[in-house]
Amino acid sequence: MTLAAVIPTKHSRNPNDVLAPGVIRVLKDDGTIDPAHDPGLTDAELVSLYTALVRIRLLDDRLVSLQRQGRIGFHIGSIGEEAAILGSTFAMRQSDWIFPCYREFGAALWRGMTLQRYIDNMFGNANDTVKGRQMPDHYTAREVHFGSISSPIGTQITQAVGFSWAAKLKADDLVAIVYFGDGATSSNEFHNGLNFAGVFKTPTIFFCRNNGWAISVPTERQTASATFAEKGDAYGIPSIRCDGNDLLAVISATREALARAVRGDGPTLIEAITYRLSGHSTSDDPKAYRQETEVEEWRRRDPIARTRRLLTARGIWTDADQTAAETAIQDEIKQAITIAEQTPLPAQSSMFEDVYAEIPWHLREQAEYLARCPRPPSKH
Amino acid sequence: MPQMNMVQAINDGLRLEMRRDPRVIVMGEDVGKVGGVFRVTAGLYDEFGDDRVIDTPLSEGGIIGTAIGMALYGLVPVPEIQFADFIFPGYDQIVSELAKYRYRSGGQYPAKLVIRTPVGGGIRGGLYHSQSPESLFIHSPGLKVVCPSNPHDAKGLLLASIRDPDPVLFFEPKRIYRAAKGEVSEADYTVPLSKAAVVREGSQVTVIAWGAMLYEALEAANQAASQGIECEVLDLRTLWPLDIDTVTASVKKTGRVVVVHEAPRTCGFGGEIIALINEKAFLHLEAPPVRVTGFDTPFPYTLEMDYLPLAHRILPAIVETARY
Repeated sequence: MTLAAVIPTKHSRNPNDVLAPGVIRVLKDDGTIDPAHDPGLTDAELVSLYTALVRIRLLDDRLVSLQRQGRIGFHIGSIGEEAAILGSTFAMRQSDWIFPCYREFGAALWRGMTLQRYIDNMFGNANDTVKGRQMPDHYTAREVHFGSISSPIGTQITQAVGFSWAAKLKADDLVAIVYFGDGATSSNEFHNGLNFAGVFKTPTIFFCRNNGWAISVPTERQTASATFAEKGDAYGIPSIRCDGNDLLAVISATREALARAVRGDGPTLIEAITYRLSGHSTSDDPKAYRQETEVEEWRRRDPIARTRRLLTARGIWTDADQTAAETAIQDEIKQAITIAEQTPLPAQSSMFEDVYAEIPWHLREQAEYLARCPRPPSKH
Repeated sequence: MPQMNMVQAINDGLRLEMRRDPRVIVMGEDVGKVGGVFRVTAGLYDEFGDDRVIDTPLSEGGIIGTAIGMALYGLVPVPEIQFADFIFPGYDQIVSELAKYRYRSGGQYPAKLVIRTPVGGGIRGGLYHSQSPESLFIHSPGLKVVCPSNPHDAKGLLLASIRDPDPVLFFEPKRIYRAAKGEVSEADYTVPLSKAAVVREGSQVTVIAWGAMLYEALEAANQAASQGIECEVLDLRTLWPLDIDTVTASVKKTGRVVVVHEAPRTCGFGGEIIALINEKAFLHLEAPPVRVTGFDTPFPYTLEMDYLPLAHRILPAIVETARY
């Protein structure tokens, strides 16, 4: 979709922004579908996706609760953005690669990272695949083609470009999708990544979750551009805007970008218009800087509720199905938490491993020194 | 065996490795068609084409960030940063990401690449073409830092760096790019990382140096010899991880140490070396260890030769330490 076809509207965190011309929208508010961009999902696919959405939301709520109880230190989730994340991941092929920001646990789970592995990472225990080295929600899942999460904003963007560029240089059929928020579009690496992608025409999908807020900084303070999509134009990269809370629209938009990359036509910038219903993380209270009325407007556009209305309208989901699904999911989560809490902490010596491929003399000495020291007083 | 200068030796090493390993990619500003502003990558573009020798946009963050992505994919990128002074836009990707990738991913994603970059002064480059930022990288756990002083080591250390599983900062002392000449085999050989060289044996004072200052250290050692002071001169070759055994053995032998580096004095690598010497060889010391370094100022243009720790400043430090 070229810029000429998109009539920009000043993004305003108003849910009706998605009604602007040029924004891909499929699910109407009454649960019926606009056939123009219908991705044509089967009933089985819809049920599978919807169940996954419910799981993400229940897990998110549970992890916030665990943090409030002091049982985990931190959680950064995706409440309100589940359809944007799950829909786009669903549209990719399993062989494609995901470069996450840090909200995309729903994508990792969909790809096949186990719930236990995710929960172990939240507790930073000895079974955590990153060995308790990072804050919660900073895991890695290479075997499902899911990248390594770090805290600095935007750094994954340039790396995703390099990764997909390498695939192109080697004539391998692979596309990378990289996630980031509206705040990240101000970062150095957004600029660097899109610039390189445009010049070298890499098979990269830039997926911007425009969720309205970068912690307490609203989108109108993040950029003077009317939309985030139009930033692609400066790099020669075509853009798509979609209703990020419309699962089908997200799937449709991502499929379009994927097709472009697969046929060798290079990168796409997708702006998914969505909303961060909760705080930035468990360390943030959004009541300090935004109006509850705004949040309530977006709650009425909850992506999971909208998807449920579609399933209900098709007669493929009942209240009994909902109860059964929620019960099963809650049991699964509870079991994973129990196991994680009973798993010991990583060994002290593991702190010194993986800094380099082999442990050098200075780290060996430091490890030996620490082993001779008394242990710290108690878990803080 | 042919005579090569350091530019030719590095060029030879890159060509050899690119022929041997199709995963190796050279990338950076002006490295392709022009062959690099110092001509270090000359001829590679003609031989390997623009899929393997890539002229990039002007962005160190972009160069290093995309190189990391290529490394994650399984290629072996050897990005060039045109001057170490310009590495800082890429510092976030190096320190926040490259250095920490293996650790933070539980070993799932080693991120291996070699960043080549010219360092050091003495070419009338002023503030922004003369710096030696090794401390800023040694202090970020997960990186290796290498600095050859001669063509033979430059080629061998480069090949060792490219084949090492960890990310390496390969610092090339630009002052001696052409002035340093020597016999360099065209064969495939490596010089091991983390192994210092004893380039001059002596029993009275250990002088530790690297890069272009090695020659200043040797010159000062020669002058000291005419005053009856025999110095042992070490060329570190790999700054980090340091060859602590060679350093310690020499200090235990002489009991006196002078460390020489161009970088500013405070928090320079000399401080770390001396701290390690104190920890490991204190009872063998006959005099306080001494540093002869650049000053805690930005690198000046006109007064460059006052700034650099040249032989005329190293010699008095050697003599004073010897007579302590």
